[in-house]
Amino acid sequence: MIEAVISILIGALTAMVPLVLTSVGATVSERAGVVNIGYEGIILMSAFFGAIFAEITGNPWIGLIGGAFVGMLLGMLHGFITVYLKGDHVIPGIGVNLLALGVVAFGITAYWGTAGQHQVPTNVRVAPIINTPYGSLSPMVLITIAIAILTHWVLFRTPLGLRIRAVGENPEAADALGINVERYRFLATVYGAMLAGLGGAFMSVDWLGTVTKQLSAGRGFIALANMVFSGWNPLRALLGGFIFGFFDNLSVWVRTNPEIQRIVPWQFVATLPYLVTLIIVAGIIGKVRPPKADGKPYKRE
Amino acid sequence: MRVDIKGFTKPLVESLVAIVIGILVGAIILAFSGYSPAEAYIALFNGALGSKYGLAMTLSSATPIILTALTFGIGARTGLFNIGGEGTVYFGAIMAIILTNLWGNVLMGLFGGILAGMAWMAIPAILKVLRGVNEVVSTIMLNWMAYFIALYIVLQKIPNPEDPNKTLAVPVSARFPIIMKGTELSWAFAISVIAALITYYILWHTELGYELRVSGYNERAARYGGINPKKAIIWSFLLGGIMSGLAGATEVMGRPPSYAISQGMANIYGYGFDGIGVSLVGRNHPLGIIFSGIFFGMLRAGATSMQIEAGVPLEMVKVVQGVIVVTIAIPGLLDLLKKVVRR
Repeated sequence: MIEAVISILIGALTAMVPLVLTSVGATVSERAGVVNIGYEGIILMSAFFGAIFAEITGNPWIGLIGGAFVGMLLGMLHGFITVYLKGDHVIPGIGVNLLALGVVAFGITAYWGTAGQHQVPTNVRVAPIINTPYGSLSPMVLITIAIAILTHWVLFRTPLGLRIRAVGENPEAADALGINVERYRFLATVYGAMLAGLGGAFMSVDWLGTVTKQLSAGRGFIALANMVFSGWNPLRALLGGFIFGFFDNLSVWVRTNPEIQRIVPWQFVATLPYLVTLIIVAGIIGKVRPPKADGKPYKRE
Repeated sequence: MRVDIKGFTKPLVESLVAIVIGILVGAIILAFSGYSPAEAYIALFNGALGSKYGLAMTLSSATPIILTALTFGIGARTGLFNIGGEGTVYFGAIMAIILTNLWGNVLMGLFGGILAGMAWMAIPAILKVLRGVNEVVSTIMLNWMAYFIALYIVLQKIPNPEDPNKTLAVPVSARFPIIMKGTELSWAFAISVIAALITYYILWHTELGYELRVSGYNERAARYGGINPKKAIIWSFLLGGIMSGLAGATEVMGRPPSYAISQGMANIYGYGFDGIGVSLVGRNHPLGIIFSGIFFGMLRAGATSMQIEAGVPLEMVKVVQGVIVVTIAIPGLLDLLKKVVRR
């Protein structure tokens, strides 16, 4: 029993990586005032292209960087539409999510010639740094924790962070102080999408070692829920990501446990991460406050 | 009814430009992936429009996505991003199968779709009104829950004793008559067009529709004008639920040959997501949705012949759809293009 608990907790540390990275990225983006609901699609496309980069170069780390790079490009697209063209913040994200469904489903067949699924070879997957009898830990877990802490420090302890928060809270005042609202918003959007891309590539070249057209499985949106849950705070997003990751991993663990399966059908267990997300989101609304100018295009008068 | 023609021109041109860009970017991706774009597109358009059979397939493919597009469109007109059409389709199909197997007629099947759609969409409506839960997050979570719950029902509760690959079929007495023999086109298509016309009537020619649109346009103004935005939110979700529920019901009642749900739900999966694209290209207007639905139906219908004749994976059309929607999201697309052309 105690072994099972330890192994689920270690698994949760792994499952939290894409959620925390995306939540932390989304936090920075929204703190600067840009809403992006396209993380789901960014995770999916970065997982796909990250695996390709890793296989071409034979190096999983290039795969991770490549995934982050794809995230950056998609973030630049989103930033261009929302920040510079003053477009709606939600519709481009919907577009990216739909695009990802097509690109990845098409790409798996076109690139690897298999339908619906591709297994990433073991030699281009990130090797764990900590091995225990109950499971292993990827270096990405530590990197993710470091990114969350560092982002928190920058956001709340440096002039750069103050400016990022200023353009999301009161862009008029920030502009009056000579801060280039558009540039900070654009860069914050790109940073957010880049972290989501890193999380996506982690799923294919590290954690799951596979590319499927349903790989992201709602994680982009669970990460947004976690961002709200954590009150747009990277450190709390780290903790929240662990909780959401726990249920994500728990549902996988229960699914592979034949004794529990006899009592509860696996399909019901599979709904757990989504149900928990709904309950948590329904429970905390009203207690947290989004950045004031979140999702509002800024036009100079 | 008076229809404002002039106001339609700009969005229409923008949608057409987005479609052209989608097709062009698709051609570039095809060329990069080692396929011949010309060969692929000729096979696609020939398959979808080159014969009576192709046209019939286009219209039958348009049926469910016109309905799911109405879900998103009604939401958008009320200021809501209702992404929940996808999950609602599953329950509409399941309920239609259950009710038609109890009472074998078309009306009971449609009733089942409507009932299931309203019931499932009531969840995000309640969460939004009572707890202020953002509908994008709630409907996406509900889509995934719907997927697994529906999978359980399909496998365990309504399996077909004679064919393990699908569920119980809709009885012959409750199926939509086929319009053209040898094709998949049934009178279910008429349901989608009628639903779009009714949606248009409700939104623009009734008091309820006025309230929905005003609270979508400006919530504060709505409240000032004595309109209860919560009532608008609930009605928007319920009407949207009806549409996607009907999409599921008409799919199992009017789509030969199976008249059932396949085991992995492959034949009812993805309509909700396609519907979002259809609605955006149709500018979230019920009448625009009919036309963009037929266009997307054409892509779906032609995809199969593109795969067979040009060897291109049929998911290619989803890439084109995605590019079209991203392009639609670019504000002032026409002005931007004019600037580029002038350079």
